[in-house]
Amino acid sequence: MSLINPLIISIWFAILFLPFKGLKAALISFIIILLTLLLFKSLLRYKNIFKDPLHKIYNIFESNLLTPVYESIYLRYVLFAVLLVMPFFVRDYVLDVAILSCIYIILALGLNVVVGFAGLLNLGFVAFYAIGAYTYALLNTKLGIGFWSALPFSMLLTTIAGFLLAIPALRLRGDYLAIVTLGFGEIVRLILNNWDTLTKGPNGISGISTPVVFSFTFYKLTHFYYLLIFFVVITILITKRVHNSRIGRAWIAIREDEIAASTIGINTTMYKLYSFAFGAFWAGLAGSIFAAKMQFVSPESFTFMESVLILCMVILGGSGSISGVVVGAFLLVLLPELLREVQLYRMLALGAGLVILMIFRPQGILGGKSASLRI
Amino acid sequence: MHLLEFRNISMHFGGIKAIEDLDMRVKENQIMSIIGPNGAGKTTIFNCITGLTKPVKGSIFFSGKDIVNLQPHEIAKLGIARTFQNIRLFKEMAVLENIIVAQHCRTSSGLVDTVFGLGRFRREERIIREKAIEYLEFVGLYDFANTVSGSLPYGAQRKLEIARALASEPSLILLDEPTAGMNPQETGQVMELIENMKKLGKTVLLIEHDMKVVMGISEWIVVMDHGVKIAEGIPEDIKNNQLVIEAYLGKEY
Repeated sequence: MSLINPLIISIWFAILFLPFKGLKAALISFIIILLTLLLFKSLLRYKNIFKDPLHKIYNIFESNLLTPVYESIYLRYVLFAVLLVMPFFVRDYVLDVAILSCIYIILALGLNVVVGFAGLLNLGFVAFYAIGAYTYALLNTKLGIGFWSALPFSMLLTTIAGFLLAIPALRLRGDYLAIVTLGFGEIVRLILNNWDTLTKGPNGISGISTPVVFSFTFYKLTHFYYLLIFFVVITILITKRVHNSRIGRAWIAIREDEIAASTIGINTTMYKLYSFAFGAFWAGLAGSIFAAKMQFVSPESFTFMESVLILCMVILGGSGSISGVVVGAFLLVLLPELLREVQLYRMLALGAGLVILMIFRPQGILGGKSASLRI
Repeated sequence: MHLLEFRNISMHFGGIKAIEDLDMRVKENQIMSIIGPNGAGKTTIFNCITGLTKPVKGSIFFSGKDIVNLQPHEIAKLGIARTFQNIRLFKEMAVLENIIVAQHCRTSSGLVDTVFGLGRFRREERIIREKAIEYLEFVGLYDFANTVSGSLPYGAQRKLEIARALASEPSLILLDEPTAGMNPQETGQVMELIENMKKLGKTVLLIEHDMKVVMGISEWIVVMDHGVKIAEGIPEDIKNNQLVIEAYLGKEY
C-alpha cells in the first residue's frame, strides 16, 4: 500500500490549517487526516472481507454507479414531486437557498454547453449573467417594460453578446481563450461599475419590478420558487435534447478532436460560435430572473469569483453531464449554507472538500464516460 | 473520367519542399495507392486534398470543381472522407455515436427542429441510427456498438475510423496507412474491406507501407520521393521500376 498519497494529502491539510489555528491544531489535523485516510485505504484493501457494503461504497468512487440511480425515471418523478410540495413545509430560509440554487443551476447548465460539450474554457461567463440582469433592470426601470416582455430582449441581447465575444475569441485556443474570456468578464463589470449615467455605477439599480402573470404579481418567495422550478425544468429539457442531437454531437466531436470533426463535415468555427451563444442565452435567462427576484442589481454581484464558482459547479458535478452539473450547482450553493455553523472555516472546508473530490473522482460527481446512445 | 486531379500542386513548409509540382489523377471507382519512403510527402497530399493545409501553388479538381480554397468541412460535404495515420477517433463517444456524428454533413436538423422535437428531427435521428448500424456491420464492429471507442483494441479502432469515414457518404475515401500495426489476419480483413468499398462504387486512395496490401489490391500506384512523383503505373510495372527500387533501397542495388 502506498503511503505517499495519504501523506501528501495530510501534510497539505496541515499547511492549510497552520495560519488559522497554529502549529498544534495543524499537527492534530495532520494526524487525524492521515489516520482516517490510512484506515480507509486498509479497509479498501480488505474489502473482500466486508465484501458487500464496503464494495458498494468503493464502487461509488470507482465507477458510474451513481449515474443509473440518479437517472432512474421513478427517482426523478419522486424528486420532482418533493420539489413541488416543498414550499408548504419549509421555512423561508430554505426556500431562499432553493431559489439561489435554481438560478445557479440554470447558469451552470449554460456554462456546461461551452465547457462540458464544446470543451472551450470560458472564465468570463458571469458577463452574460450581468448583461441579462442589467438588460432587464434597465428596460424595467427606464422604460417600464414588464418581466415577460423584457425577458426575450435580454436573452436575445446576451446571445448576441455571446456571438460577439466568440468571434474574436475563437481565433485562440486553450489558455489564450481562457484569458480573453476572463478579460471580457472584467470589462463588462467595469463598464457597469463606471457608466454612472446609465447604470448608476456601484450604487446599482433598485426598484426593479417583479414578474406579473395575468394581473397576479409575484411577491412571495414561493412564487419565485415555482417560477424557477419551471425555468430549470425547461433549461434541463432543452439542453438535454440539444445535447443528444446533431448539434450536441457536433460540439462533443469538436471537444474530442477538432481536426477529425472538421474532416467529417462539421463547421468547427460555426459550432463553437453556437456553443458560446447558446450558453450565453441561459445566462441571460438566469440574469433576468435574478434581477426580478432581488429587485436590485449592482456590479458586485458579477465579480470574477462568480465565474469561478459557476465553473466549479460544472467541473465538480461532472463536465458534460447534465444531471451532474445540476447536482454540482446545488451542492455548491448548499454546502456553504450548511457550513455556516463553522463560520470562519467555511471556505476552508469547502476548498478542502473540492480538493478531496478532485483527487478521488477527477471526472466529477456524476461525470465520466457514459454512452448516451444504445442499440 | 477523373474524379480527382492534381495540377501543379506545390507545398512548402519553410524551406522544405514537401510536394513539388505534383500532377496526379485518380480515376473514378479505382483503388489507387501512394507509396514512398518516409518524408516523401504522402500525408501532405492527403492534408491538401482535405483542406487541412493549403498548397502554396496549383489546383486540385474534385468532380471538376477546384477545392483548393475550400474549408475542410466544405470539402467533406462534397464527398471526400479520410482516416488518419495516428488514429483520431472521438474517444469518449460510444462506437455507435462515432458513426452517427459522422453523418453530420448529410443531415440538416436545426436548433428549432431539435428543441421542439419536430417530425424532421425524429425522422432523421431514426434514419442515421439505422445507417450507423449498417456501417458497423459493414466493418464488422456491430458487437462493439455500445463500447466507448477509446477502449477498443487497436485494430478495431482503425476499422471504426474507416466506418466513420464511410458514414459521411463520400465518393472518394482517403486511407492513411489503414493496416499500420495490424496482424496479418486483421490486415486481410482490411484488404477485403477496401475491395468491398470499391464494390459500393467508392474511389479509394491509399497510403500504405505494407507491400502485400499495396500490390494485392491497387489498380494504380503512384510513387513519391522527396515530394516528387518518380513513377506511376500498374503494380507489375512499379515492382520492376529501377527508379522505385533506387528510392527504396539506394543506388548500389
